Amino acid sequence: MNRKNIAPEIPATKLIFDVDAIRADFPILRQNIHGKQLVYLDNAATAQKPERVIKTLDNYYREYNANIHRGIHTLSQKATEAYEKARVKVQHFINASSAKEIIFVRGTTEGINLVAQSYGRTRLKTGDEIIISEMEHHSNIVPWQLLCEQTGAVLRVIPMNDDGELIMEEFEKLLGKKTRIVSVGHISNALGTINPIKKIIKVAHSCNAIVLIDGAQSVPHTAIDVQTLDCDFYAFSGHKLFGPTGIGVLYGKQSLLENMPPYHGGGDMIKMVTFKKTLYNDLPYKFEAGTPHISGVIGLGEAIDYVNDIGFDTIAAYENELIDYAIREASAIAGLKLIGTARDKASILSFVMDNIHPHDIGTVLDHEGIAIRTGHHCAMPVMEHFHVPATARASFAFYNKREEVDLLMTALEKCKEVFK
Amino acid sequence: MFDLKDLYQEVIVDHNRSPRNFGKMDNADRVAEGFNPICGDRLNLYLKLDNNRIADVSFDGSGCAISTASASLMTDELKGKSIVEAETMFNDFHRMLTDDKPHDMKQIEQLGKLAVLLGVKHYPTRVKCATLCWHTLHSAIEGKKTPVSTE
Ligand SMILES: Cc1ncc(COP(=O)(O)O)c(C=O)c1O
Repeated sequence: MNRKNIAPEIPATKLIFDVDAIRADFPILRQNIHGKQLVYLDNAATAQKPERVIKTLDNYYREYNANIHRGIHTLSQKATEAYEKARVKVQHFINASSAKEIIFVRGTTEGINLVAQSYGRTRLKTGDEIIISEMEHHSNIVPWQLLCEQTGAVLRVIPMNDDGELIMEEFEKLLGKKTRIVSVGHISNALGTINPIKKIIKVAHSCNAIVLIDGAQSVPHTAIDVQTLDCDFYAFSGHKLFGPTGIGVLYGKQSLLENMPPYHGGGDMIKMVTFKKTLYNDLPYKFEAGTPHISGVIGLGEAIDYVNDIGFDTIAAYENELIDYAIREASAIAGLKLIGTARDKASILSFVMDNIHPHDIGTVLDHEGIAIRTGHHCAMPVMEHFHVPATARASFAFYNKREEVDLLMTALEKCKEVFK
Repeated sequence: MFDLKDLYQEVIVDHNRSPRNFGKMDNADRVAEGFNPICGDRLNLYLKLDNNRIADVSFDGSGCAISTASASLMTDELKGKSIVEAETMFNDFHRMLTDDKPHDMKQIEQLGKLAVLLGVKHYPTRVKCATLCWHTLHSAIEGKKTPVSTE
């Protein structure tokens, strides 16, 4: 299997990666579920948090909880400093050219809605076109449908093939003079497909469309360089990146953000308010109305430090080996069908089993202490494509081990036993 | 600790494997559709009424073992019952799965074969799977036009 987008050329044996040491960083993993050691394979839904992140949150509330950008007292200064330092960490993490391009939002969902409403609503008109893909998460479908209702724009959808890969020729056919926005996921949460976003961005730009990348599933697995990608917007969630829930990032090119109206109005996003006229604040504050999720931002900064300390080369090499192993083992189970067999695939194993509903697989596995997700994964069009009501999905992080893959496979055999 | 066998009892596995009263009823008096958006379960319920009695009932659709077995067992139990009896049964069944209080064994006995679904009580996320068919039945009896949803 080709992993050119993610896997660097490091032979696995050379890696200095001690998975047990990594696991020790995650306190939640040390527990039993139904009397069995927890095997957490629902990382695509949300990832667990390392001790460092938990301590950082604890420390913030114990030592320097204060509102930011407002007080001149010491605690407020400390909190503001930590908050802004985290913004710079995010900037470097995705290689943005300026910290002004980093907007803190609640998550991927809010990031996409911000772009749809602030950029889209002011610019799009009847007949303009927005292109998304068949494998998008609902959060990269519905905001655009709302925008279409508001502006009369039309939504077009890039189809995928039966391996769960985007059909690029069809994308190029959809692109045209009317295309204003292209918004696609970097990695599909339902299938694991890694989309060729660099190419998508390049082709879309040749038609003067702007491109938003939904990076919810990619940031935990691969290094992102928004300048090399040349994307216009990139959105991701902190909680899938080993950080807190309720915090996420929208990256936008400064030239675009500067010309966009605020998304929410309130405190912090203004320079001066009179009843006649209000002067908006500069970037990034223009888009951060109200008291933000301060601890979340600081916690996200710590999560980024943690991931950087391990390093994406190491992470990607380890995870690719793990998913390859999982794919191999799963393929050997009679009656199991993988959903999503793209050539370029990240740490997600989506599957169905003959005569066993995914929901029942989920319950049997839970009894074995194994947490997976079952359902439509907020990607109902994907389920429709594969003519399944739902799938079972095991999704991996770098703290998962081969032994856990083995436990998963044993439990799947047990499912067959229960329903035979 | 609760054993998996208490949930997936033999009767349930059997009704899932070969559901009774499964299939579309062409001359149904009432049809209703049920949907569980969380897991994608879909169920159509077909009723043939004779005065206030359920002369015949069948279902089709796709769902998990709990939802399929529950619909299969329900349709088996309902044939010949009056609408009032059916609604009472729904209430008792619902109470069996959601009530925190210890079971009244007499009440559970009245549920007949449905009592095998008692184990679902210990799986709060699965209660909706077991009750989807009943909600759909209720909607068919009421003659509702819009599909019922568990959410
Ligand atoms: C591909 C993808 N996009 C968007 C989202 C939405 O992320 P959030 O719920 O954190 O806003 C998710 C999360 O499940 C996802 O997997």
